Amino acid sequence: MMAQLIQEAPRFFTYYNLLFLAQAVGTTIALSAIGCLFGLLFGCLISVVRLTEKPWLAPLRWIALLFTEFFRRVPFLVTLMLIFFVFQLSGANLPLFVVASLSVTLIASAFLAEIIRAGLLSIHRNQWDAATAMNFGLIQTIRFVVLPQAWKMILPPAFGFFVMFIKDTALASQIGVIELTFAGKVLNNKGFSAILVFGTILILYFAVSYPLSRYGHYLEKRLAPSRH
Amino acid sequence: MVIIWRSALHHLVIKDLSAHYGTVQVLDSINLEIARGEVVGLMGPSGSGKSSILRVLTGLTPLSAGSVSLNGEVINYSSAESVRNMRERSAIVFQQYNLFQNMTALENVTIAPVKIRNRDPEEVEAEARALLSKVGLTDQISRYPDQLSGGQQQRVAIARALALKPEILLLDEITAALDPELVSDVLDTIRALASEGMTMIIVSHEMGFMREVSHRIAFMAQGNIIECGKAEQIFNSPREARTREFVSKILKH
Amino acid sequence: MLDYTFQYGQIWPYLPRLIDGAYLALEIAFLSFCGGLLIGTANASLLSFGPQWIAKPIQAFVVFFTNTPQLVQIYFLYFALPDAGILLSSYAAVLIGMTLNAGAYLTEIQRAGFSTRRQSEMEAAIVLGFSRWQQIRYVILPHIARVLFPPLSNHFIIMTLGTSMAAIFGVEELTGQALNINSITFRSLEIFSVVAALYIAITLLASLALGLLGSLLFRTKLRVI
Ligand SMILES: Nc1ncnc2c1ncn2[C@@H]1O[C@H](COP(=O)(O)OP(=O)(O)O)[C@@H](O)[C@H]1O
Ligand SMILES: [Mg+2]
Repeated sequence: MMAQLIQEAPRFFTYYNLLFLAQAVGTTIALSAIGCLFGLLFGCLISVVRLTEKPWLAPLRWIALLFTEFFRRVPFLVTLMLIFFVFQLSGANLPLFVVASLSVTLIASAFLAEIIRAGLLSIHRNQWDAATAMNFGLIQTIRFVVLPQAWKMILPPAFGFFVMFIKDTALASQIGVIELTFAGKVLNNKGFSAILVFGTILILYFAVSYPLSRYGHYLEKRLAPSRH
Repeated sequence: MVIIWRSALHHLVIKDLSAHYGTVQVLDSINLEIARGEVVGLMGPSGSGKSSILRVLTGLTPLSAGSVSLNGEVINYSSAESVRNMRERSAIVFQQYNLFQNMTALENVTIAPVKIRNRDPEEVEAEARALLSKVGLTDQISRYPDQLSGGQQQRVAIARALALKPEILLLDEITAALDPELVSDVLDTIRALASEGMTMIIVSHEMGFMREVSHRIAFMAQGNIIECGKAEQIFNSPREARTREFVSKILKH
Repeated sequence: MLDYTFQYGQIWPYLPRLIDGAYLALEIAFLSFCGGLLIGTANASLLSFGPQWIAKPIQAFVVFFTNTPQLVQIYFLYFALPDAGILLSSYAAVLIGMTLNAGAYLTEIQRAGFSTRRQSEMEAAIVLGFSRWQQIRYVILPHIARVLFPPLSNHFIIMTLGTSMAAIFGVEELTGQALNINSITFRSLEIFSVVAALYIAITLLASLALGLLGSLLFRTKLRVI
């Protein structure tokens, strides 16, 4: 079997195939980055909404809660299918990459909202009290007092989620986005042996994920002790 | 007419005030009228609800019954506008100081006047430096709270409250964490404020200080004010057994 | 765009199949979680108490499986192993893939849990004259179990959602049933919204059950949402 692989390798690692794989890696990274960037933005928004206390904002709080619970309790694949079918039936002819981007953004928003909320809530009650007693509003309290302390709690798990998320985007292959996993299926269908193809795909994912996860561990250690 | 006259006289009127944490009642029908420029001392065993009164006044803990009036107007604690008005006129120094951990001593003092009240940053900073040196902190103003001792943090918290130029100052056990030699410095500051006519509610067990600075002392136990009167009377001839017991205990120390 | 009419009536007859799918999803999650727990416990114990040389291969296993997608791992098992003469059914491939993946994550979770043994409790136990076995039985194990229960429960929920990728290999769990029914009825939105609701229901039930178990066994705080 080994001999077979060595024989096949030069046919597999051609310029064209490598370019194809490189583009696929790019798509995988782009999809994860889009999800996490917009997810961070909406996640902040959602977590702040959930911390409001004004009675008339109650409906918004409920929506935020339902949103986070929905996307955290429905499998990525099912969310992806749902959004895919919504666009298909609505007749909006959007590129698959856009559909996938929207899905990953929604999912990342829900997860990051929870990470951010947990970080904000980890700041001692007395910091909120002092700000409130001095007439800080919610946004001012978060901006001037809580976030400057909480970002160190938020960053490591958020980064951990990002690393996790790169692997989750593999599911976007199921609606036909040509990311790394889909590229593997394409090459496998072209007749290259599964060991070679999926072995290469696994290595490529590893090459993207491992340095980032190492950096995540470093961040965690680095940010743990100091407070300002 | 009588009512208007009475409320005009009183700066702060607490009427039948009750508060709960969940199902546990921490304040039970508190009544206290405080005149403008009056200094009221709150004493009582720990857990008797002293901090809770201050928290309810600033709207940090909701009241479950009764009312608080400021300058004759009832504060509506469910109206953001009304609460904001109360918080603009009052300042609280917390028992645990509650300094912002991400800011230096100076920033702790300047943040609210600059960012919340939109005052001129340079003017505020000059005032803040003056206040901090008034409480004996000139060299530590660029340190963070966790680089300061408890007593130093306490004094930053006092400066931070004073920078708000409050009409009413609420002080929660400000002498508890101070070194004995610092107590007199801080007390001098408070004494000066009292003589300038600031209305204050002071929680403290420092009898000498309470005797000197407060016009009246309210003695609390289990969420009630059980006795209220001049310091001399409370300390020398308490009417209630619980007050007597408490006073004799702190005298021993 | 908005003139789509939902016709849930068409898919109600298929509800029993979806319920069967939900059972299968929970079964896969449960089996692979138990397998993963076995691997994770063995690994974490070896890392904490085993010989030095064993750390490297265990870490390599963990690092590999936590830095590559579970989907591609299962692809490899399902499509590549036959080339090496090992033929797996789709169900077996999914189960093995998820078990190995869980094994890697649960190794990490448990290793972190093992390192939180509290010195003061140990000292108290020694002072009280506990034997080594008694220390393990009455002090170390209860503490580790208490610390580990919440993250392990959490991982079980993640795995329950993860079973959905079995559908890609033709396993007829909840998502797989949905794909089947979709190819019969073509009411995709109806089916997938019902399936989403079922996933929410089973994960909420699992969270609730685990939460109750935790509060019963370890007096951890009951928190479902
Ligand atoms: N956040 C809280 N939740 C529940 N109970 C509280 C809380 N804060 C204070 N209490 C209780 O309320 C009572 C009064 O507390 P407090 O006002 O802090 O007393 P003091 O300041 O006189 O020591 C105490 O029995 C205390 O345990
Ligand atoms: Mg107190």
